[in-house]
Amino acid sequence: MLSLSPLLIGIAAAVACALPGNFLLLRRQALIGDAISHVVLPGIVAGFLLTGMVATLPMMLGAAAAALVSVALIETIRRLGRIEPGAAMGVVFTAMFAAGVLLLEQSAASGVHLDVQHALYGNLESLIWLDGYGWGALADPAALSTLPPELLRMGAVLLCVLLFIAVLWRPLALATFDEGFARSMGLNTGLLGLALVAMAALSAVAAFDAVGSIIVIAMFICPPASARLMTDRLGRQVAWSVLFATFSAVLGYSLAGYGPIWLGFANAVSAAGMIATVSGLILGLAALFGPCRHRRSGAMSG
Amino acid sequence: MSLELVGRTQAPDTDSPLAIHGLTVSYGEKPAVFSVDVVFLPAQMTAIVGPNGAGKSTLLKAALGIIRPLSGQVSSYGRPLGEMRARIAYVPQRASVDWDFPARVLDVVMMGLYRDVGLLRRIKGHHRARAMACLERVGMEGFAHRQIGQLSGGQQQRVFLARALAQEADLYLLDEPFAGVDAATEKAIIGVLHGLRAEGKTVIAVHHDLATVTDYFDRVFLINTTAIAEGPVADVFTPDYLQAAYGGRLALAQMGGAAAG
Repeated sequence: MLSLSPLLIGIAAAVACALPGNFLLLRRQALIGDAISHVVLPGIVAGFLLTGMVATLPMMLGAAAAALVSVALIETIRRLGRIEPGAAMGVVFTAMFAAGVLLLEQSAASGVHLDVQHALYGNLESLIWLDGYGWGALADPAALSTLPPELLRMGAVLLCVLLFIAVLWRPLALATFDEGFARSMGLNTGLLGLALVAMAALSAVAAFDAVGSIIVIAMFICPPASARLMTDRLGRQVAWSVLFATFSAVLGYSLAGYGPIWLGFANAVSAAGMIATVSGLILGLAALFGPCRHRRSGAMSG
Repeated sequence: MSLELVGRTQAPDTDSPLAIHGLTVSYGEKPAVFSVDVVFLPAQMTAIVGPNGAGKSTLLKAALGIIRPLSGQVSSYGRPLGEMRARIAYVPQRASVDWDFPARVLDVVMMGLYRDVGLLRRIKGHHRARAMACLERVGMEGFAHRQIGQLSGGQQQRVFLARALAQEADLYLLDEPFAGVDAATEKAIIGVLHGLRAEGKTVIAVHHDLATVTDYFDRVFLINTTAIAEGPVADVFTPDYLQAAYGGRLALAQMGGAAAG
């Protein structure tokens, strides 16, 4: 039962990132998850500097603000510079990350527990539910109130993402496949794309806080990319990606906790790292054996 | 360059499925479309013809609001175009989308029903039947469950046309519908378009093959950034106007069916 809470947080974080990842992947914007996990750093540091404490809320707000600023910057540079989105993203996300490091080093923040280790791997293992001694605890309000706040936050974010995708499924599919046609029907595809990126940012920031950026980067890409190789239909692709994300979280968390002990080592390894590793292995297997690996060949055209 | 509207009828904008006034679009410093005025006639098939980079596709996209024009008004059936989208179907260039998108042929045609099914309304049997009927019209009913990435270029173009048919519009705007398709597809598409005209629908297509303009279309709109001329094929598709549009870059032999000057 101690592990139930980190496991659920891990699953929620993985699925919340994988869901928007499907659409980002098909829009050739998959790296935006990577970008977001970098650009939130200055926001987190600023949140700390403004309040003077390592509290979650101001840091979350700072991260969200930084993510929104970056999205706006990427769009502005893309439109004004008339360059491809990848290049605009590259410029913005390295600049923001550099600004974050600079801010961290030039301020008092470097002295406290805001280190690279935490940013990369999060602290999934520490999010255990100390009062959760048995299944009975699930019915005990006092025990329930000690659930880690990260669980509720990640659960709420997952719900938001689920609702967003479920309600806007048709316009998202339409605008992702054929933006010109979607616009000819009066859909505001610019706003829709921005909302998708904002949802991805929300997932990334919440997951970053709970489980670190490794999971964010891996889950935006690996489960959707594996799922694309399993099916040729969008609905099934999204379902596969949820399955893969959940499987990665469960297997990765278990392997990290028990795998090294089975192998005779004394210490467990990072759960976040292991979850990302499992998702990468799934992608490798899908790339080798997935039924829909075919790309259109030149012979088919004409 | 002077603007001449040959054989211009007195049809007021209120009857026109697409009336464009003072439309200017720019991607960079040079305008791609400059101050274009044109009023398309209903129940006619009009070809938009001009050299590469003349702004043919841009004109369509700007008229539909897909790209934002610098200036200009676009109306449809006497109202601002934005209010008339339900009566307009659009077929983009086939190459403008990624055909590796995970969807089946039927899924793509169903996209044409978005206006009817909206965000959450359940897709019913009659929706599917309507999509299948559209596929039948373009001769693709046997491919409904095929992954779109497995289609040939001509088949992809027919699927796009079927999606437009599913919109059940009065005005059909097509961007290079015959580009890179096989002869059988070209015949199938022109058959469908002539069928639409027979039903009283309006068809406006960006067209690049000068040899078939006379056979396929009733009217021609010549454009080279600015409007050159609009009118019946016999009046506008002449060597003089073509030279004006193509700026002398066109050998007489290329004009194919153009009326001898």
